[in-house]
Amino acid sequence: MYKSKLSDHLILILGSVLMIGPVLIVFLTSTHDAVEVHRFGLMASWGDHFTETYNKVLFKEGGFTGQVTGVRMLINSLILGIGFGIGKIVLSMLAAYAIVYFRFRMGTFFFWVIFTTLLLPLEVRIMPSYEVVQQLGMLNSYSGMIVPLLASATGTFYFRQFFKSVPDELLEAARIDGAGPFKFFIDILVPTSKTMIAAIFIIMFVYGWNQYLWPMMMTNDEAHFTLVRGIKQILLVWVGSQIPEYNEAFALAVLAMLPPVLVVLIFQSWFIKGLTESDK
Amino acid sequence: MKRVQFTNASLPYLLLLPQLAIIVIFFYWPSAQAIQSSFYLEDPFGFGSTFVGMENYTDVLGSNEYASIARFTIAFTLLVTFLSLSIALLLAVKADAVLKGSSTYKTLLMWVYAVAPPVAGLMGVMFFDMHIGPFLKVAAFFGWDFKIGLNYFDTAFAMVVIAVWKQIPYNFIFFLSGLQAIPKSVREASMIDCRSGFRRFWSIILPLLAPTAFFLLIINMTYSLFDTFGIVDVVVKDKAANNPITLVYKVYMDGFRGGDLGGSSAQSVILMLVVFVLTIFQFRFIERRVHYG
Amino acid sequence: MATITLDTVRKVYAGGVEAVKGVSIDIADGEFIVLVGPSGCGKSTLLRMIAGLEEISTGEIRIGEKVVNKVDPADRDIAMVFQNYALYPHMTVYNNLAYGLKNRGMAKDEIDRRVKEAARILEIGDYLDRKPRALSGGQRQRVAMGRAIVREPAAFLFDEPLSNLDAKLRVQMRVEIKRLQKSLKTTSVYVTHDQLEAMTLADRLVVLSGGNIEQIGAPIDVYDKPASTFVASFIGSPAMNLLKVRKGAAGLELETGSGLTAANPYGRDRYTLGVRPEHLSLVEAGVPAGALTLKATVNVLEPVGAESYLYASCGGTGQEIVIRVESHARFEPGQEITLTAQAKDVHFFDADTGRRVES
Ligand SMILES: Nc1ncnc2c1ncn2[C@@H]1O[C@H](COP(=O)(O)OP(=O)(O)OP(=O)(O)O)[C@@H](O)[C@H]1O
Ligand SMILES: [Mg+2]
Repeated sequence: MYKSKLSDHLILILGSVLMIGPVLIVFLTSTHDAVEVHRFGLMASWGDHFTETYNKVLFKEGGFTGQVTGVRMLINSLILGIGFGIGKIVLSMLAAYAIVYFRFRMGTFFFWVIFTTLLLPLEVRIMPSYEVVQQLGMLNSYSGMIVPLLASATGTFYFRQFFKSVPDELLEAARIDGAGPFKFFIDILVPTSKTMIAAIFIIMFVYGWNQYLWPMMMTNDEAHFTLVRGIKQILLVWVGSQIPEYNEAFALAVLAMLPPVLVVLIFQSWFIKGLTESDK
Repeated sequence: MKRVQFTNASLPYLLLLPQLAIIVIFFYWPSAQAIQSSFYLEDPFGFGSTFVGMENYTDVLGSNEYASIARFTIAFTLLVTFLSLSIALLLAVKADAVLKGSSTYKTLLMWVYAVAPPVAGLMGVMFFDMHIGPFLKVAAFFGWDFKIGLNYFDTAFAMVVIAVWKQIPYNFIFFLSGLQAIPKSVREASMIDCRSGFRRFWSIILPLLAPTAFFLLIINMTYSLFDTFGIVDVVVKDKAANNPITLVYKVYMDGFRGGDLGGSSAQSVILMLVVFVLTIFQFRFIERRVHYG
Repeated sequence: MATITLDTVRKVYAGGVEAVKGVSIDIADGEFIVLVGPSGCGKSTLLRMIAGLEEISTGEIRIGEKVVNKVDPADRDIAMVFQNYALYPHMTVYNNLAYGLKNRGMAKDEIDRRVKEAARILEIGDYLDRKPRALSGGQRQRVAMGRAIVREPAAFLFDEPLSNLDAKLRVQMRVEIKRLQKSLKTTSVYVTHDQLEAMTLADRLVVLSGGNIEQIGAPIDVYDKPASTFVASFIGSPAMNLLKVRKGAAGLELETGSGLTAANPYGRDRYTLGVRPEHLSLVEAGVPAGALTLKATVNVLEPVGAESYLYASCGGTGQEIVIRVESHARFEPGQEITLTAQAKDVHFFDADTGRRVES
């Protein structure tokens, strides 16, 4: 049997430290006040301004951004993450159901229409997408933030792969048991896909929460800012300020990281299964 | 697809309708517009546009600035891909090898996946910051006068470090589950056949990991090209002047900040072609994987 | 309960494969029919056409008096047991049984009565609240059976329902299926490639090969009078010995050499001659030679417990034949033996078509 060597552990510990260290330091620094940070640099110790800083970032209007509180941004981020996750699952499950379980004319054509979207990420058509959203009057709205992000087939691809792996006999047994397309979907397929749905939701939630470029272009009304989008604002305020509010910037960064990190940690096994088994 | 399928006159179309509608409006329409406006010159004051043929393309491809950004993007992509893949592979191999604590290491090493690129960028900027960044002291120790945001090379260095840091967990997750999917019996057989651990890794484990690695290669290239936008944006803070930027950032700068819709669109189309080729590779690969296992 | 009639049923798959080539069978009410044949012969396809899971290319299937070609599987009044059971993984055993009844809008207490009754018959009453993944293979099999029984359908369809079980359980369930079918008297069509399962279960066997029916008949008739060399070698284990013979100076002789003497009852020039291993006996002092005698050289003896199989070669070129012998018999490799068989146990098949010759 292979014996694990000390060096293996050393490498892994070094790796873990490099992964966790920066985040830990950012968190610790956020508990000090700005002047201290400015004078002494990043901190590896617990400061005594934790409540004060986080209170300010969460509840004070205009900490950084002029008109909006951290709580508002947190809520916006949640709306984007959850809305995107749910939207993705609903759309792509329905589409994958049609593609895998129905025989219909132009099925192959629609399949390609949908899967071609895997070819081009949003970033390469960002300008015209912005214009389309503008023409539709969807700037500065949650739907404008979420819906265009849904125009890709990743979820559909995941579900298609998964549905194909569901044994054919399940459908056959259900048909003999008198289940039509609706009943089969609700009674059999959705419950069978529960783990898959959870895994994809986690992946999509993190993806939605972490969106940056699109919300940045889409929203200039601060009431619609997400936490990740708020990062940009921090930097703009910085330019030209004497003593930047480092602590608050870090607190905001911590807030922006916390929910997706927690979700990924808590649902680790589902998340990894969903990520690796569906092959993206 | 399935041996038995439903045949229903309208239901499948209804099921596809929401997805199709969104895709047509927010994918095909903008993509078509990008292609179309890449052949036009937009009046800067919004008074219509004129057809200029390939001029936007020749302008873009002929420009020195574009060429240097393209060079940087290629170097950046290759570096980030190579470094994040090899570090992740090393960590995965070790995490797979240790008997105790494997799942703890896994947890510790994977969770950064959930950190958004711009947040990672912000943290990185702080570590490399000229006033408070600890990295400066390390660099100074080696006589390196590190100036993020001012020195081209230093800024590029910071970007690569941040982008690699952010991507290691993703690769790690895939490599580790790839390693864990190798049947125990295969490992045991190789243990009997081959004495040297390194040779075993090289001749048995690595080839079995090759599909995962290839898949990750494409994913990492796409990541370096597009998903690093947040990192670049945070690091250069809109002051692209002397700083390294990627091609996607240039599209955004010219289109959104500079108002040069035609040029920006032409660049979009060029990028589309690049991703297109990458993705075709990926598809062919996934197809193969579906067939053989 | 109902009759099932197949009238020149054909199936051509989209790819152009003709899986079933014009099959006609009349299945009586309450009859247990077993479709048997090698892998790929079209058994499942035929069964799935009866179930309505596969479209019928041409021909007609009637259940009772009703033509069901265009009838939905749910409306055919059949129940099916699948090889992998196809239990709904997220439903309890109870709900697995009840699902089909609920979909038919049956009253709750009637559903409950039927589920409980089926559970009692199959002895799965203790697991009704469990999910399928918490059951053993044999228990899952019973649940799959239960799902068919509760429906009280006109016909049961089985597609290799026992092939995922281990050998012992398979025998046990085989007996149970037989008992159940006899007491419920539900018309049943059962697909298997296991000839022993086929022999023991069937009222009538349908032997299929390459999408065609080779023979239909009661198991013992098929065994006694196989209609072709294909059936002869497929039914019975070990398989029937088949020897190429031709007309010789006196009666018949092996095409490949000497050692065989047999009469030529039908006067033809060439045959494929068949004798089952269990019908060959050794010519020893006191045992009279029958209609056929054969000289052979022992290769190997294979004991299986209750009996042994003796492999020997004959006809010079080393064509191998199998003889069933008593379990404690002793033979040495190279030993010369003489075998004999009675006239009624010698089968003649056309040398070219393989069809049985009876005149
Ligand atoms: N969906 C299909 N499309 C095309 N050809 C098919 C399809 N299903 C089965 N076939 C072909 O039809 C023939 C009969 O298949 P069938 O499944 O009925 O065989 P079987 O007798 O049940 O075999 P087995 O004992 O292996 O289950 C085979 O040659 C098979 O390859
Ligand atoms: Mg079959």
